[in-house]
Amino acid sequence: MHELGLVSHVIKTVERICREQSLRQVCSVTLEIGEVSGVIPDYLTDCWYWSCKKTVYLRGAALRFETIPAVTLCENCGCQYPTVTYAKICPSCHSVRTHLLRGNELIIKEIEAE
Amino acid sequence: MDSVQIIEIKENVLADNGLEAQRIRRQLKEEKTFLLNLMSSPGSGKTTTLLRTIEHLKNDLRIGVMEADIDSAVDAEAIAATSVKSVQLHTGGMCHLDAGMTEQGLQALGTEDLDLAILENVGNLVCPAEFDTGAVQNAMILSVPEGHDKPLKYPLIFTVCDVLLINKIDVLPYFDFDMKKVVEYAHMRNPRLKIFPISAKTGEGLGAWCHWLWEQVDTWQTS
Repeated sequence: MHELGLVSHVIKTVERICREQSLRQVCSVTLEIGEVSGVIPDYLTDCWYWSCKKTVYLRGAALRFETIPAVTLCENCGCQYPTVTYAKICPSCHSVRTHLLRGNELIIKEIEAE
Repeated sequence: MDSVQIIEIKENVLADNGLEAQRIRRQLKEEKTFLLNLMSSPGSGKTTTLLRTIEHLKNDLRIGVMEADIDSAVDAEAIAATSVKSVQLHTGGMCHLDAGMTEQGLQALGTEDLDLAILENVGNLVCPAEFDTGAVQNAMILSVPEGHDKPLKYPLIFTVCDVLLINKIDVLPYFDFDMKKVVEYAHMRNPRLKIFPISAKTGEGLGAWCHWLWEQVDTWQTS
């Protein structure tokens, strides 16, 4: 439940970009969230509106999400499979020697600003 | 009216935290201060383990402790009784510490005359693992009553730690805790993880852990 901490880092980064690029007002921020990043978008949104009220550049800015599907690679047979369906055990050869290829991300994709 | 433009950022949310953490480590290297980030769930024995570790090492190392909690000063008061420098950090409801909060703590503590600074993170196996605090190494405690399956349930914290203390081994006969399995599960997550079974209550295993910690501090200061 560290959404509040994450929101404060998003705001800090966006404020820095506003200063660097002489932007006045941010209309929206789009985040890319990995399917297994553990981040809960609803909680993030609650923290977002509460935190943005206290800022200059982000007052009233919308928060949008795009999901990055989680994919796991089997080191034994080389197959790639959806993490959420099969977790750590490879569905094709049943090996446990697997690792997450993507799906753990939390990225600021873009902002809309004037 | 200005037109609205879309600006591509493509930056990891925690990129700024990562940079700040690196800055902290550079500063600590210059000061020859080793920062250990200690994490665990509530009640695993972090403060008792710290008190015992301080007893073992306080004649060899100048130690300072930052106690992070959502509220109260009970842990800082316990540490202050050992006469090492300590500060209490309140996270204001936050479930973890990030690099910025750690830096404030380090400034309050004053690190220039310390060999070893220890950050006792908020008791939680989930959130603290996500944030680089600027520590040189991460340690975690897992206590016997919590069960040997925790590396399976909370994989990230086992992945980011350098050392795992398995505490409360004095109560092993009363729990279905499988020491072989916990080592196997923990090494599945992190093959490099150094593991010390200890009892902060009886003192068993503390010598090996403290010697290892002393070696890490020595390497940081001399390499």
